[in-house]
Amino acid sequence: MTSCSQDRNALAAYLDGELPADQERSLQEHLRTCPACAARVASLVSLRRAMKPAATRFVPSAEFRRKVQGRVAPKRSVGSRWMWPAAVAALAVMVLAVVWTRQSSLSDHAFREVADLHVSDLASANPYDVVSSDRHTVKPWFQGRIPFAFNLPEFAGSEFTLLGGRLVYLRQQPAAQLIVGAGKHKISVLITQESSLGSGLPFFGGVAVRDSFNVETWEKNGLRFYVIGDAEQGAIQRLAQALQGVNG
Amino acid sequence: MDRAFFEQLAMPLFDQLYNHACWLTGDRADAEDLVQETYAKALKGFGSFAEGTNLRAWLFRILRNAFLNSRSGLKQKTEYLEDEERGADEGVAHEVTPEALFLASESQDAIFSALERLPVAHREIILLCDVDEMSYREISQVLDVPAGTVMSRLARARTNLRKELGAGTKEAVR
Repeated sequence: MTSCSQDRNALAAYLDGELPADQERSLQEHLRTCPACAARVASLVSLRRAMKPAATRFVPSAEFRRKVQGRVAPKRSVGSRWMWPAAVAALAVMVLAVVWTRQSSLSDHAFREVADLHVSDLASANPYDVVSSDRHTVKPWFQGRIPFAFNLPEFAGSEFTLLGGRLVYLRQQPAAQLIVGAGKHKISVLITQESSLGSGLPFFGGVAVRDSFNVETWEKNGLRFYVIGDAEQGAIQRLAQALQGVNG
Repeated sequence: MDRAFFEQLAMPLFDQLYNHACWLTGDRADAEDLVQETYAKALKGFGSFAEGTNLRAWLFRILRNAFLNSRSGLKQKTEYLEDEERGADEGVAHEVTPEALFLASESQDAIFSALERLPVAHREIILLCDVDEMSYREISQVLDVPAGTVMSRLARARTNLRKELGAGTKEAVR
């Protein structure tokens, strides 16, 4: 049965369609006269056929597909959807609606920039300008690089770990981006001067869910904070509270 | 960089990448993280992606590198090294007969669990070749190894799979 000297790798390459044409022809000749090799090929073919269901064993959920698709898809304006009920409403409502839409598109812009900064940082090979888990290293690093100062809470002993920080630009204004780990998730904290983003109230308090990110933002003493990540809402909230506690 | 173009090219591979990621990690949540990371990285690097080169191989390679850098991947990294160190002289004594192989291929569960028992380097290359139907050339791009290594590793992987299948059927018969 195993007396045939035929190279087994050649048999496999033949089945994979990777054999040069001349070798393929001579192997086909050989298979006609060698029952051992023919049986072997037949069993390999049946094994491969039996393996096909492995291709569709794991199917992604529709929700997960939407999530990734949403991040990949070109950004589309969402303004018009909110505009039309305003158009059929009374003039007073319409004026309000216009004001509101302006603000929401402003905040939409701010959110997208914040989300972009967060995502691009996660995807970056060099996510940090300053790598340290020590707030006493990270905070001073920003001195002279940003025209404002902020405080960081003590992360030691908490569910969070400070991973590092980098200098970014949000609306052409310097901003501090801190990357905080929470379990497997990374959360971005962005701090910038409020005046640079205008007075548009980007969110109305509490954690908002945008494009499957959880975001919290607030303004305090002229500084605008954003906390964004795919960690659970509670974690975002706790991190936000810790930051609010030391920047009161 | 054209996001619409990227979406058009990359999203059709979503199911395939996810399935592959599940096979690699054995965990759906880990697989989702991997696929997500793959798309984020691919989107970012799409500007440098040369048109005309193989996008599927490129995406699978990003996924693989992400896996090797992940927590579950790091654990398996040694398996890759071991696989390279092991000699090519696989004992023919352990070979399963064609008849036994026929028997084993009757059962999908037997095949899946044999695949799961394989070291990740072997599972990976068998999936790329037999399930995702990649050419040796594509596989060599994904794994970043010469074509000769693809052939030899594939041969070892298949021998190993047959061994596992043989072991499985023997247990079932007993």
